[in-house]
Amino acid sequence: MTEKKKTTIILFSGDYDKTMAAYIIANGAAAYDHEVTIFHTFWGLNALRKDNQVPVKKGLLEKLFGKMMPRGADKMGLSKMNYLGIGPKMIKNVIKKHNAMPLPQLVDMAHEQDIKLLACTMTMDLLGLQKDELIDGIDYGGVAAYIGESEDGNITLFI
Amino acid sequence: MEATKLLDAKGLACPMPIVRTKKAMEELNLGDILEVHATDKGAKSDLSAWTKSSGHELLKDTEEDDVLKFWIRKA
Repeated sequence: MTEKKKTTIILFSGDYDKTMAAYIIANGAAAYDHEVTIFHTFWGLNALRKDNQVPVKKGLLEKLFGKMMPRGADKMGLSKMNYLGIGPKMIKNVIKKHNAMPLPQLVDMAHEQDIKLLACTMTMDLLGLQKDELIDGIDYGGVAAYIGESEDGNITLFI
Repeated sequence: MEATKLLDAKGLACPMPIVRTKKAMEELNLGDILEVHATDKGAKSDLSAWTKSSGHELLKDTEEDDVLKFWIRKA
């Protein structure tokens, strides 16, 4: 059998729509039998947050960051037409109407398809996010882990 | 055409038809034929590209009443 092809995606954005695009591409690539990695950095880390509040010890600034950022994929805003949160409600309705998959389910499916979800530890520190606040079953790493995955990859995207 | 298995992907949006097709193919044996029904307009380009890349053979595809039908032989 030939070596599996690889797709790696850097998810920098914390917007619902961009994250949705990233996860659709990732799941599609997994269906192509690619080994898929999504490297979550900066705002992209919010896609991996648990939706409940997790009691962890934090400084004031980290606490504030934690409050200001969306807790989990479902709470993200849109990159366009967010309108103080009305936009996401509208788009979720449209998603339902067209029988497309909402973002949280796309994340679940990524798990099911063994897509490697990698959280950037350096930006976790910057944003004050701790491992306990992120969903289970993900990997942690830095730029070297990402380069290691993508140096012999076939597709790399920055979203 | 005699299909070993029928996959109903009607009403599903991208990327589900291709994800389900892949899963269904995994359960089949070599030479088996999978029949896929889909309503996603992109399914035709998606499935023909996917079969080409995965090595399976797209035997036939038709369109009736907005339902796209595909027959794929596992290779």
